Amino acid sequence: MSLRLELKDVSRVFRSRSADVVALDGVSFAVDPGEFVAIIGPSGCGKSTVLRNIAGLDTQFEGSVAVGGVPVTKPSATCGMVFQEHRLLPWLTVRQNILFGFTGTRAEAAARGEELLGLMRLEAFADAYPHHLSGGMAQRASIARALAPRPDVLLLDEPFGALDAFTRIEMQDVLQQVWRHYNTTAVLVTHDIDEAIVLAERVVVMAPRPGRVQHIQDVAMPFPRNRASEQFARHRTELLRQFHLVH
Amino acid sequence: MWMFGGATTAWPRSGGTVWSMALDIATSEPATTTPDPSGKPRRRLRVPLGWIVPVAVLVLWWAAYHAQWVNPVLFSSPWEVTRTLWAAILDGSFGTNLVASLTRWLLGFGIGAVLGLLFGALTGLSRTAERLLDPTFQMLRTIPIMGLVPLFIVWFGLGELPKVLLIAIAAYFLVYIQMYAGIRNIDRKLIEVGRMYELSTAQMLRRIIIPAAMPSILQGIRLGLGVAWLALVIAELTGANVGIGFWMQQGREFVRVDIVLAALIVFAAIGKIVDSLVRLLESRLLSWRDNVEREMGA
Ligand SMILES: Nc1ncnc2c1ncn2[C@@H]1O[C@H](COP(=O)(O)OP(=O)(O)OP(=O)(O)O)[C@@H](O)[C@H]1O
Ligand SMILES: [Mg+2]
Repeated sequence: MSLRLELKDVSRVFRSRSADVVALDGVSFAVDPGEFVAIIGPSGCGKSTVLRNIAGLDTQFEGSVAVGGVPVTKPSATCGMVFQEHRLLPWLTVRQNILFGFTGTRAEAAARGEELLGLMRLEAFADAYPHHLSGGMAQRASIARALAPRPDVLLLDEPFGALDAFTRIEMQDVLQQVWRHYNTTAVLVTHDIDEAIVLAERVVVMAPRPGRVQHIQDVAMPFPRNRASEQFARHRTELLRQFHLVH
Repeated sequence: MWMFGGATTAWPRSGGTVWSMALDIATSEPATTTPDPSGKPRRRLRVPLGWIVPVAVLVLWWAAYHAQWVNPVLFSSPWEVTRTLWAAILDGSFGTNLVASLTRWLLGFGIGAVLGLLFGALTGLSRTAERLLDPTFQMLRTIPIMGLVPLFIVWFGLGELPKVLLIAIAAYFLVYIQMYAGIRNIDRKLIEVGRMYELSTAQMLRRIIIPAAMPSILQGIRLGLGVAWLALVIAELTGANVGIGFWMQQGREFVRVDIVLAALIVFAAIGKIVDSLVRLLESRLLSWRDNVEREMGA
C-alpha cells in the first residue's frame, strides 16, 4: 500500500535566544500515492525540515501535514526514513540492522531479510558489522532497513550526498528499482539536479530565507531515464533557470 | 599486516569470509590477526613482551639480595618470599585472609557499582535528575578516599562496615561517571532511528541506549574494580583482623619484609588477573568493534 502526503501551509520557526530562524514559511504541496517527488534547493532552505515534519521527528510546525489523510503528530512506522549518514547500529550485523524495525514471526523475518539482502545485493555481507562496509553498501543496508517494515512512504534526506559520483549513479538505479518494485510513495531530498531528474516524477524547487516552495516541475519522461537525452537536458536547463544559474 | 592510514579495514571475500587486517600499533604486545577459515580473526602472539620487565626485576632483586647490595634485614630474597607465601597457604591462614579480602572487595564493589549504574542511568536519562544530582556527585568525587578513613573510623569503628563502605564509595564514582557519560554521549541520530520505529521507552533502553553505552559501562566496571582494589588495601591497613592487608600489617609489625613483599605480590597478581578477566568479557561483549580497538586495550 502507498499513501498520499499532503502539506498545507506549513511554517516552522526555530526560536533561539539570539534570533528566530524562519525555516519554513507557508509550504504547501502534495504527493500522490506511489508518486516519486524530489525536493531540491540551496543549503538551508528547509528541505530537511520538511522531511522531518512529514516523518514526525519534528512536530513544532504550524499548518498541517497529513500522511494518508491522518495528521502527523509523532513518528510512525508507516514512514521509512533514510538519512544522509547511514545510521546503522554498529553493534548489529547487516542482517540485524535491516530487520531492526521489522515486526513479525521468526520465519517472516528470515524471509524478509533474505529478500532485502538479495534486492540490495548484500548477501555476502549479511553477517558483517557496519564498519566493514563501504559507504555505498552501508547506504544500501540503510535503505533496506527503511524498507523492511514495508512502509507506505519512503523518505530520503540526501541519502547519496556523501558518496562518490560512480557509487551515486549506481545507488540511483538501485533506488529506482526498489521504488518500482514496492510502489511506495517516495520523497527524496537532494542537492543534485541530475539526481532529481533521473528519479522523480515531479521536482519541488525550494527557495531560502524564508524556506518556501518556489516552483514545481513535472518531469514527464519514461523510466529508465537517459541522462544524455535532449529531453533530460531541457529539464536540467529549466531547473537551473530556477536558481538563476542560466539565463 | 601493515597498512597505511592507521585504520583497520576488513574486506569480506567471496563466501562472506572476513579477512581482517589489523594495524600493528606500538603496544607492548605486538599482535597480529591472521585469516582463519572460520571467518574469525585469530590472535597470534609473537613474543610475550609484557613479561620481560617483571622477569628482569625478579632477576635484579635476586642478584641484589645475594650480592648484598641491600641490607638483608630490610630486604628479603625471592626464594624467602615464595617460602613464606607457601607456608601461609599450607597453614590455611592465607586462604582465610584471601577470602576475607575478596569478600570485602566484591561486596563493596557490588554495592558501589549497582548504585553507580542506577544513579548514572538516572542522571544520564533525565535532565532534571542531572541538574539536581550531578553537581553534588562531581564535587564529592574529588574527595580523596584516604581522607575518609579517619572519619569512618570515628563514625563506624574498626568493623566491616567502614571498610565495605570505603570500597563502595571508591567504586561508585567511577561506575557512575562512566554510566552517565556513556548515555550522554550517545549519538542523538541513533535515538532518532529508534523513534522512527516507534520504540517504547523500555525498547529504546534495551535496543539502543544500553548497547550504545556498553563500551563506557564496561570501562566503568573495569576502572571501578581497580579502584575498589586500591581502597581495599587502604581499608585493611587501617585496622583489620583478617585479610591480605592485615597480613601485610602483621609483617610490618614484626619487621618481616618477606611477608610484606608476599602480600604485595598477591595484591598485584589478583589485580592483574581480575583486570584480564574483565578485558576478556569486554572483548566478548564488544566483539563488533574494530580489532585495533580491542588490541589497543590488550
Ligand atoms: N534544530 C534547529 N535549531 C535551529 N535552527 C535550525 C534547526 N534545524 C534547522 N534549523 C535552521 O532552519 C533552516 C533550514 O534548515 P534545514 O536543515 O531544513 O535546511 P536544508 O535545506 O536541509 O539544508 P541542507 O541542504 O544544508 O541540508 C536553516 O537555516 C537552519 O539553520
Ligand atoms: Mg538537510
